[in-house]
Amino acid sequence: MSVGVKLGNLVPKIRFREPQIEMSHGAGGKASRRLVEGLFAPLLFGASTDPLGDAAHLKINGARMAVTTDSFVVKPLVFPGGSIGELAVNGTVNDLAVSGAKPEALVVTLILEAGLRTDVLQAEIQAIAESAQKAGVRIAGGDTKVVEHGKADSMYITTTGLGAPLAGVEINPQSVRPGDKVLLSGPIGDHGITILLARGELDIEGDLRSDTRTVFPLVSAVVQAAGPGVRWMRDPTRGGVATSLNELARDCGLGVILFEDSIPVHDAVRGACELLGLDPLHIANEGQFLAVVAPEFADAALQALQEAPGGGEARIIGEIREQPAGSVLVTTLYGGSRIVDMLVGDPLPRIC
Amino acid sequence: MKYVDEFRNPELITKAAEEIRRLADPNRHYRLMEVCGGHTHAIYRFGLKDVLPENIELIHGPGCPVCVLPMGRIDDALAVAAQPDVIFAAFGDMMRVPGTNGSPLEHKARGMDVRIVYSPTDAIKLAKLNPQKHVMFFAIGFETTAPSTALTLQRAKLEGIHNFSVFCNHVTIIPAIRAILDSPDMRLDGFIGPGHVSTVIGCRPYEWIAKNERKPIVVCGFEPLDLLQSIVMLLTQLKKGESKVENQYKRVVPWEGNRAALKAMAQTFQLRPYFEWRGLGFISQSALSIRDEFAEWDTEQRFHVPGIRVTDPKAAQCGEVLKGVLKPAQCKLFGRECTPENPVGALMVSSEGSCAAYYNYEHRKVNLLTSISV
Repeated sequence: MSVGVKLGNLVPKIRFREPQIEMSHGAGGKASRRLVEGLFAPLLFGASTDPLGDAAHLKINGARMAVTTDSFVVKPLVFPGGSIGELAVNGTVNDLAVSGAKPEALVVTLILEAGLRTDVLQAEIQAIAESAQKAGVRIAGGDTKVVEHGKADSMYITTTGLGAPLAGVEINPQSVRPGDKVLLSGPIGDHGITILLARGELDIEGDLRSDTRTVFPLVSAVVQAAGPGVRWMRDPTRGGVATSLNELARDCGLGVILFEDSIPVHDAVRGACELLGLDPLHIANEGQFLAVVAPEFADAALQALQEAPGGGEARIIGEIREQPAGSVLVTTLYGGSRIVDMLVGDPLPRIC
Repeated sequence: MKYVDEFRNPELITKAAEEIRRLADPNRHYRLMEVCGGHTHAIYRFGLKDVLPENIELIHGPGCPVCVLPMGRIDDALAVAAQPDVIFAAFGDMMRVPGTNGSPLEHKARGMDVRIVYSPTDAIKLAKLNPQKHVMFFAIGFETTAPSTALTLQRAKLEGIHNFSVFCNHVTIIPAIRAILDSPDMRLDGFIGPGHVSTVIGCRPYEWIAKNERKPIVVCGFEPLDLLQSIVMLLTQLKKGESKVENQYKRVVPWEGNRAALKAMAQTFQLRPYFEWRGLGFISQSALSIRDEFAEWDTEQRFHVPGIRVTDPKAAQCGEVLKGVLKPAQCKLFGRECTPENPVGALMVSSEGSCAAYYNYEHRKVNLLTSISV
């Protein structure tokens, strides 16, 4: 997000009127957006109305850089396919990647609860080291704080990432046009449902793993194949694909039409969602991204994705239309359709 | 997925839709009520209105248990939960339902011990894990969920779990349908009968609707093809001038119901002389209370329950929407003061509530050009 703060004529207009913070304010859906846009943005960024992106692209003394930060409070710490340390690296790396930057370095902050076992901590630091190596980023520094037993749940991690903006691509929701295609890098919902099942609160078992991974190699493949045609990218974490695309629809003022039958979803995720009354489009992902690409570049982008390692299940899942402006509409093969809104409330707290 | 994919098969759905067009008399307007909130949700989720001819109007019925519960019952439960060392346990869809001073979730943010459970046996687990606290399970639902509450009460008694009780809000479907039919502003041509409820009660209890009220009723499943097939069956009856009870959901619903479940209910519950329903008022013998043999596990017998009665916010027209007299969007608050995020009425909270379903899946479609071709 590029924001010019003019402190001289700053007139913050605080629209956030809710008396207290609820779990939903951290769920990445509508309530989160109200908090950020209604309280944080007016106080921190003044009157700027730039859409809030995944990472800020700054120019400092002539050098361009991308910066972002993310905190991780997932419960349980370790789950099939990953752990909090791995998420903390990949989550921030992916925010940089989908903003159109090559992730370069991370700063890691740990908040530890007194009583945390050293072997648990060591395993997570190892996970951070290994994931950072896999993602090609170095750990540039960090900070550690310890709080009393009972004041934090084992450990929380915050990572701040620095990246180098990629040449030949500019991510801006306002550049999205009717006719553009929506690409998805692979099956959705694996992470959220894995965490839900890993908590063991439900008597449902499923053979599922979190999809946590760096998406930079896939993003890079798309940018190389279709750079000038890439208009927008986002990693659909909390709130899922539905929330990310609703944000896009609002930011560009156009409609997003999804073809339900082209959206890849693993059977175990579909089954769990059917049982629990959840929509896979609202479930978090940690290793996928969405891209909106100009129609003439769409086939090249899809081919590049599908040929890259880990991109075999990528699909074109929809397109941009004039209508329904500001909304996401899912259509089915038999001609039915439904609006898909941002996530309301928080069915699954603390998934990342 | 078995039993799901074949009932979402686009080819079969298109065929059923064609059959409906063929059967529907273009000079007639059909008003069919889907009793069950699960059907309302499925109709919007799968966009079925888009494939039905315009002269088939689906009226949303009273079969959403969260929606028909008057606000006073939530206030009562929250009053009990406000006492020290009480844990409020309920299904997730209760959590955001507004009471007079906020929903259970808002009470949780203020410090109340509120837990989401996925079955009443989870609430028993919770009681065992917290022996120094009392776990109150907020039981809600039609005959669909009542048997599992009954078995849970029996288990609590058998195992001697004394820090557990049930705040019972179970209701029964037949009196609600009767109230709808008795309502003078309702003119219906037939019913899409509840699916899940019928797995327990079977199809026989609907026979009076066919015989005395001369309305066809088809017990129906929850997939798009189920709903369209049931509409085909209703139109076929209407065309022949018949009124019968038919079972479209044979893969799940036995004609006689589930005797073991009915027996467990009869052992544990008795009919309340009357119970208040949102929108429908007091209906006699329409709800269940816990038998005296289980008094120790009955929140209402064990604790002082204030018996709060509150009327819905005046401007909200939940009652009219519940009865099918108004469409969700015709309520004065719909989409303005009342949204899924800041719900004024329960119909905007539950996924089975017609307002939430309409808001989430439909209402912004209205201005949409019909020329979406994919």
